[in-house]
Amino acid sequence: MKLYCLSSHPSKPCHVLRFKGITMMLDCGLSAQTVLSFLPLPLVPSARLSGLPNWMPHGCSNAQLEGELKDCCGRVFIDSAPEFCVPQEKIVDFSEIDVILISNYLCMMALPFITEGTGFEGVVYATEPTLHIGRFFLEELVQYIEQTPKASLASHWKDILHFLPPPLCDSLKPRSWRHLYSLSAVNSSLSRIQMVGYDEKLDVYGALKVTPVSSGFCLGSSNWIISSDHEKVAYISGSSTLTTHPRPMDQSALKNADVLIMTGLTQTPLCNPDSMLGELCITVSTTLRSGGCVLMPCYPSGVIYDLFECLSGHLENLGLTQVPMYFISPVADTSLGYSNILAEWLSQGKQNKVYLPEEPFPHAFLIKNNRLKHFKNIYAEGFSTEYRQPCVVFCGHPSLRFGDSVHFMELWGSNSQHAVVFTEPDFPYLEALAPFQPLAMKAMHCPIDTSLNFTQGNKLVRDLKPTTLVIPESYLKPPVEAPSRTDLVIEQTDKNNIISFKGGDVLTLPLKRKRARVNLSPEVCNKLVVNEIRMGVNLATLTGQLQVKDNHHHIQVLEPSGTSNQGNNPSTKKLPRRPEETLSQMRYEWGSLDLDTFIQRLREDVGIAEAKVEQNSNGYIIHLPKEDALIIVEDKSTHVNCDPELRYKLRKVLLQCLNRI
Amino acid sequence: MPEIKIIPLGAGQDVGRSCILLNIGGKKIMLDCGMHMGYQDERRFPDFSFIAQEGPITGYIDAIIISHFHLDHCGALPYLTEMVGYNGPIYMTHPTKAIAPILLEDMRKVSVERKGESNFFTSQMIKDCMKKVIAVTLHQSVMVDSDLEIKAYYAGHVLGAAMFWIRVGNQSVVYTGDYNMTPDRHLGAAWIDKCRPDVLITESTYATTIRDSKRCRERDFLKKVHECVERGGKVLIPVFALGRAQELCILLETYWERMNLKVPIYFAVGLTEKANNYYKMFITWTNQKIRKTFVQRNMFDFKHIKPFDKTFIDNPGAMVVFATPGMLHAGLSLQIFKKWAPNENNMVIMPGFCVQGTVGHKILNGAKKVEIENRQVVEVKMSVQYMSFSAHADAKGIMQLIQYCEPRNVLLVHGEAAKMEFLKEKIKQEFNLDCFMPANGETCVIQTPHRIPIDVSLPLLKAESVKYNALPPDPKRPRIIHGVLVMKDKSTCLMDVDEACKEADISRHMVRFTSTVRLEDFGPAGRTTDKLLLHVQEKLKGWNVVYQEGNISIESVLVKVEGADDETKTVYVSWTNQDEELGSYILELIQTMGN
Ligand SMILES: [Zn+2]
Repeated sequence: MKLYCLSSHPSKPCHVLRFKGITMMLDCGLSAQTVLSFLPLPLVPSARLSGLPNWMPHGCSNAQLEGELKDCCGRVFIDSAPEFCVPQEKIVDFSEIDVILISNYLCMMALPFITEGTGFEGVVYATEPTLHIGRFFLEELVQYIEQTPKASLASHWKDILHFLPPPLCDSLKPRSWRHLYSLSAVNSSLSRIQMVGYDEKLDVYGALKVTPVSSGFCLGSSNWIISSDHEKVAYISGSSTLTTHPRPMDQSALKNADVLIMTGLTQTPLCNPDSMLGELCITVSTTLRSGGCVLMPCYPSGVIYDLFECLSGHLENLGLTQVPMYFISPVADTSLGYSNILAEWLSQGKQNKVYLPEEPFPHAFLIKNNRLKHFKNIYAEGFSTEYRQPCVVFCGHPSLRFGDSVHFMELWGSNSQHAVVFTEPDFPYLEALAPFQPLAMKAMHCPIDTSLNFTQGNKLVRDLKPTTLVIPESYLKPPVEAPSRTDLVIEQTDKNNIISFKGGDVLTLPLKRKRARVNLSPEVCNKLVVNEIRMGVNLATLTGQLQVKDNHHHIQVLEPSGTSNQGNNPSTKKLPRRPEETLSQMRYEWGSLDLDTFIQRLREDVGIAEAKVEQNSNGYIIHLPKEDALIIVEDKSTHVNCDPELRYKLRKVLLQCLNRI
Repeated sequence: MPEIKIIPLGAGQDVGRSCILLNIGGKKIMLDCGMHMGYQDERRFPDFSFIAQEGPITGYIDAIIISHFHLDHCGALPYLTEMVGYNGPIYMTHPTKAIAPILLEDMRKVSVERKGESNFFTSQMIKDCMKKVIAVTLHQSVMVDSDLEIKAYYAGHVLGAAMFWIRVGNQSVVYTGDYNMTPDRHLGAAWIDKCRPDVLITESTYATTIRDSKRCRERDFLKKVHECVERGGKVLIPVFALGRAQELCILLETYWERMNLKVPIYFAVGLTEKANNYYKMFITWTNQKIRKTFVQRNMFDFKHIKPFDKTFIDNPGAMVVFATPGMLHAGLSLQIFKKWAPNENNMVIMPGFCVQGTVGHKILNGAKKVEIENRQVVEVKMSVQYMSFSAHADAKGIMQLIQYCEPRNVLLVHGEAAKMEFLKEKIKQEFNLDCFMPANGETCVIQTPHRIPIDVSLPLLKAESVKYNALPPDPKRPRIIHGVLVMKDKSTCLMDVDEACKEADISRHMVRFTSTVRLEDFGPAGRTTDKLLLHVQEKLKGWNVVYQEGNISIESVLVKVEGADDETKTVYVSWTNQDEELGSYILELIQTMGN
């Protein structure tokens, strides 16, 4: 079994597993952190951004570089349409992929890069919420980028990487970065997805079974069991044991795997999501009370549902019910709509509501009461008339490089009354803020990452007891920002066999297949001659015809072939049968020869009176002087030397004295 | 031979009161637990004393599966669990779990409060019963226990309707419940994969019908309604609160909008908004078109359809009223019917099947005078229309499902005997399958083939494949596998003999024979060997005869020549016992050379 690691980002995984002749991709996460190197794309032309000075490296006079790089408060940004770091293409030929398994909507943003224009012909499996929500995530991203097109595209900066200041000079393989796909690529890619349910056993070409199981991380998120008759591989992607809105994580299904691949642990190990939520509520209410507005850059689904619920409750307790909450996204209506029809994928409490029948999420109620208002974008009908300050605005993109969040940053950035609160863990918030400096508004970092933390991850590994654990290299080291926190790693003990990987690695995983499952026909079974070797151990020789169909094996009765090569001429001796023809009568001798019984049988059955037995270090030599025969008996063999006449008799006696199967 | 036993307690050559006992691999499963709407006496519920003479049946049944919320499929469930006694698991889909208790409560009210029946289950019993229900999602593989696995497939028929695949060991059954193979206005078509069950238990309500196109029936329906309201008549459409009602509402709503009609449409159940809410929240169970557009407009937000008030019954002028229940056997629909029936301007449209004994059934059979509860006789002058909107599979659909899932046997339920007979013949002719149609209480035993799963050691399998692939392709050549089956602990594994001996912790005993032949052949020993080689090769064409280091070897047979140039040669022929046939042949061959 081989594992190809195409992504360097542990929370945006992309692996290819080769096993039993099947090539299977596990997730196709897109690392979007590259967009932080680019200038924001404002919805409204921004004098500040367009007025930023050009930047040129010292001693470099490449005229083509002119205008590609801008300087903002000492940081250098690329002035171009943003580019993304896609899964590595050179290690695996995407056209050879049979199946793609998608764990959750955050791990599928690279899907069109994999399936479109690559010759990919396989099938993609994802749950219903993953498909629906993933669709509007992809659509939102495409719309954000397409609504603010760039006239020229910068590329020459990639040639002078070593002249650039950090962090630009540390860009990982920028030549392989790609511009985003189009909407038609999104549609074509998503049309390949086959929707699956939790605990559904999917057959992959008869060779493997794959089953998605609930991972508790977000709506429809799953981990995967990949199994054959005797082997089990478990793949853990974004998972959570916290009680939020999704169905709880199913841990028992992941137990006792031969190989457990674990990715998607928390990106913010130093922050506790519960206390972050508390801090967030306080920051928001304090800002609002002092007349300021709050910007919450976010994705269009996920933790925001919990934020709507929590924050509205908190504000209500403080009597701030008149403060409007705006959810602005090209897919806001879709997101809110879908959240209320996916009851079967929700936590028990939310699920029970539909039996009443009531909407599972309180935001349906908040919308009816006009507490929460949603708009496609800031130009959408009604927004300008509805808009009131102070307010809370939820909008994308959390990178602050495109989408309506850029507009609000430009609008509120210079006013210290306002605040921006970062909850999504995907982007380092200081990096996100860099092109908006100098900034007067408050910035709060309250990442709410519900993914497993290291304590939970270690406990999970202990409970699941995999034979081999496969994890990103970074999980073995403390976080870069807290090198002394050696508790924030996956523990290596003598009990767990850990293999680690980094992007670009190809691993050979220790999974040796020993057995395969076949179906035996009852007719073959009835013909078996079973020998009991000892209590509980039975052996029987078996010969049958093997039928292989769709990777499934069946053993049927072997019909004797009609045309054996017997000579037609009666004068010639019958030819021996071919080896395959004698197999069905084949027997095997085992154990050792009991000398006394053998000698007694020689005397009684063959009439050989005189047998000289000579013992040596290996066994015995029996000499039959009258017959001029020599029988060498050892523990595991008997060698009979005699003339052909006598041989038949000796053989008969000998075989009677030995155990046979 | 292993077998599967099936006993219908209801729905055996009958429509209504579906309840089928399945005995598969030692597990006992009850498929549906319905009630018969046509009866008021004990025939209303299935005869559970068949399972246990008296007392609870928990120990006799391993699981109950409910296919959908129609009362002829789940109406007896609270009676069984709370009054007869059953504490085991009950499975149904989420929408069924949500909607079934509403319909049960509706029926309970009609039976107890309007008809004054006693010995009926209470509201609390419905709630307690529903607590025992485990909701399942489509295609989820549910392990009831370590041996019994069930899986739900989309059945179309009504919101949340499912077919169930049931497996114990190597035996499997598919129970369809009610299903529909063509998508309709709000639901998709039933779907199942090639799961090849031993038995397909299918409904056969429309076993002999090949229905005209759905579109025609809809147009016909709209035309009739329109004509009636245009002449000022009142249209009564008896429906069940959920299901067909929503489909007809969509139909009328769009027609009213298109034709710009102002005649009021009423939906006469307290459930109106609530009922439609279920459809809104379980929209993932509706058809693709509704699912796709729900964000812009939820099809179940009706603009033209208003809630009904009883005082509207006597309102003058045209109106269209949807009222429950659907078979005119009780409740509001019957009340409205009583008032409107004597006027020939009015119309009643029966959009579904009516069981025998109900008013609906009587008027559909042309009764001009019907006796209603309390011996009251009503004259029926209004026009009576039957529109088959019931979403059952027709003969073509049933055949299609058989084609999809490829069963080994078919068993028909939920249909009339004569129609089943017809379909049975058709299935035999077209698929050459055994088809059964047991009556209620009749046991049907179906034999299933033995299938014995064993393991094969991978090296053995690989060696075979290498050997097979090395030969020129010949589809007729059988692939032969040979080894020793090791049955140890709980595993059964076929291995190469040496691996098997190791696994069984025994050692092989190799038996070898050597005989000598004296050949009067002078000259160098090598030349004699060459002669022998030629001879053997000539006789044993197609065998792998190897000449190496002065010896000839074929399989385990070794031939060696010794002797000085001018002497008689001694030829040793030696072989293992496994090559006895070949060894003795070669020995004889060399012996005859000497003569
Ligand atoms: Zn039904």
